[in-house]
Amino acid sequence: MDVDVFDKLKILTDAAKYDVACTSSGVNKKAVVGGIGSAAACGICHSFAADGRCISLLKVLMTNVCAYDCQYCINRKSNDTPRASFTPRELADLTINFYRRNYIEGLFLSSGVLKSPDYTSEQMVKTLRILREEYRFSGYIHAKAIPGTDSALIAELGMLADRMSVNIELPSQSSLQMLAPDKSKHSILAPMGYIKNRIQENSTDIIKYRHAPQFVPAGQSTQMIIGATPDTDFQILNLTEGLYRKYKLKRVFFSAYMPVLENTLLPTIDTKPPLWREHRLYQADWLLRFYGFAANELLDQQHQSFNPYIDPKCNWALNHMDVFPMDVNRAPYRDLLRVPGIGIQSAKRIVTARRMTTLTFDGLKKLGVVLKRAQYFITCGGKALDGLKIKQDTVLRSLMSQKTFGMYQQSFSSPSAAEQLSLFEQPPMLPTASIQEGQRWLTSPN
Amino acid sequence: MANQSQLIYCYDGSFEGLLCCVFESYEQKEIPVEIILPDIPQMMLFDVKQINTDSQKANRVLASIIPKMGVDALDFVRHAFLTCFPQKALFILLFLRMGYRYGPSVMSMLTDSVVDKLVKAVKHLQNESHLLKGFLRFSIVNQALVAEIEPQNYVLPLLTTHFCERYPEERFLIYDKTHKMALVYQPYQSAIVPIESLEMPEPDEQEESFRALWRLFYKTIEVEGRHNPKCRMSQMPKHYWKYMTEFGYGKKKAVQQLTDVTAKK
Repeated sequence: MDVDVFDKLKILTDAAKYDVACTSSGVNKKAVVGGIGSAAACGICHSFAADGRCISLLKVLMTNVCAYDCQYCINRKSNDTPRASFTPRELADLTINFYRRNYIEGLFLSSGVLKSPDYTSEQMVKTLRILREEYRFSGYIHAKAIPGTDSALIAELGMLADRMSVNIELPSQSSLQMLAPDKSKHSILAPMGYIKNRIQENSTDIIKYRHAPQFVPAGQSTQMIIGATPDTDFQILNLTEGLYRKYKLKRVFFSAYMPVLENTLLPTIDTKPPLWREHRLYQADWLLRFYGFAANELLDQQHQSFNPYIDPKCNWALNHMDVFPMDVNRAPYRDLLRVPGIGIQSAKRIVTARRMTTLTFDGLKKLGVVLKRAQYFITCGGKALDGLKIKQDTVLRSLMSQKTFGMYQQSFSSPSAAEQLSLFEQPPMLPTASIQEGQRWLTSPN
Repeated sequence: MANQSQLIYCYDGSFEGLLCCVFESYEQKEIPVEIILPDIPQMMLFDVKQINTDSQKANRVLASIIPKMGVDALDFVRHAFLTCFPQKALFILLFLRMGYRYGPSVMSMLTDSVVDKLVKAVKHLQNESHLLKGFLRFSIVNQALVAEIEPQNYVLPLLTTHFCERYPEERFLIYDKTHKMALVYQPYQSAIVPIESLEMPEPDEQEESFRALWRLFYKTIEVEGRHNPKCRMSQMPKHYWKYMTEFGYGKKKAVQQLTDVTAKK
């Protein structure tokens, strides 16, 4: 084995790891005769890195040479870092060899901009052609659309990949201007819109011709950086909702800003990544996608940031006590989903189980309902849980995780309470004009 | 109406054998307190009744399941039989008795303690087999793929379709050390056969270097600023690590101990 490949793999993995998505979900396939590889719609994780993130795909860059100078990115032109490029052959062979050993579900291919977006995309197309045509590989491929690429090349990539993504990068136009001067809103949204249209066209083709080749069958996703710019949770969540509605995205990923470079425009290098904020955004994202919530139910003009102590669903429930308590034996499925402590699985089980019997609190436990949370919001046959005490301290203790409850108590008992709280508040420098930019960003013509 | 009897059934451990227990239970109008395997010597408080496996009786029971309680119930029972739940035999018998009584709606009786116990056991089985689809690692030996696993549940039947559809042109073998069984495949046929033991041969140079490349990738992909070993542990419990390349499986002994020490830190 060429020693060179070790060096390349190290450099190009290191350069790719800040991309969040590593999912292999959204499509079912099995190997073609004479080929190799399958995909499962639920996705399969092959390992978990020491940071707890799933490893499903071989996530590397084609090259980390880059013509752009995005301030937040380790691969920016002006950063002094070792550079490397895979040849299409090297990368395809590595993918197949990892795949045969069941290390991975497939390939996640992104790239820095070498020479031009078109040249870079051509290299990516070559790699995927070797995999799909020579090896007859049916495993999962996630390809990143490089902003500024000709749509013909995007179309070619789309016929070879299962999923494509264009990174939104930053949640507003002004942030983008400040930190990624080579990327414009147009260069990001144009390929996203193009991919969406092609997926729609293709789905009508498939109705007409069952074996029509599929364009990006697992849909498209995007990601944005959280905490590098003053955009609020409210803006971000509205933008997210807009992306799901307007661009029919499968997933929006958030990545807590991890300072990798010293720059006056960015938070200082010792800034801790805002992991709690990222976590709250993912919780809210789930509520949008699976629980039937709308962004403006979770946050509004007056409340632009998530409550650091209580998750968004609980927070909503506490502000809408008029709809509770709900009787689990009668409430429709979509209402059950709004009860803290009841998830998709347990709501489905409740609906199934109550056909045969009247549910009791004891039965709910067997169905996987987290009674510790749900007890304040539900009744069984019109009765609340025996001995239920509604005291502020106990209620908060049940609704918060142990860790946040500790934080909460500390912040109200120590003299530095005000300081601790302000950690979670938005910086006051937020310009009022940017408040609704999240929505305008998507709807305005330019 | 049959009552719980002061009786223990002893069967041969096969699914057919278990169906004969169900037959006996109806024929004699009795419900055993436990169903055991012959090779487990125990001091019994109750009388032990040998249930002989008789295909005719087993087939009569089998044929009745779908018309009485639906295809989902049969599927469920077959899965339950693969689990590592220690009392699975007794609970399957109790479940089938409920099925004959309530019909297909037995599958909705999720708050019943018999159904609940089996549902959880089956979930454990499906969960484990799903995780192994990812965590299993093949070594390439003489152009064939070989893997070792040590699952708690008997997952091989659940892995068959997945791996056959994934590698249709390969020859592969997955050895289940717990149950001493192996899934063997060559184009285009598969079988599950008993195997006493499996000695993994020394890897050749190419195999060695791909393992090293994978370990390098695994180490590099972590974002150090988000280091979170607790989260990793809950997603990927430690007992799976033993056979995974990135945690030193297949590495020479001295090196492996070194990685063990670093993993603990």
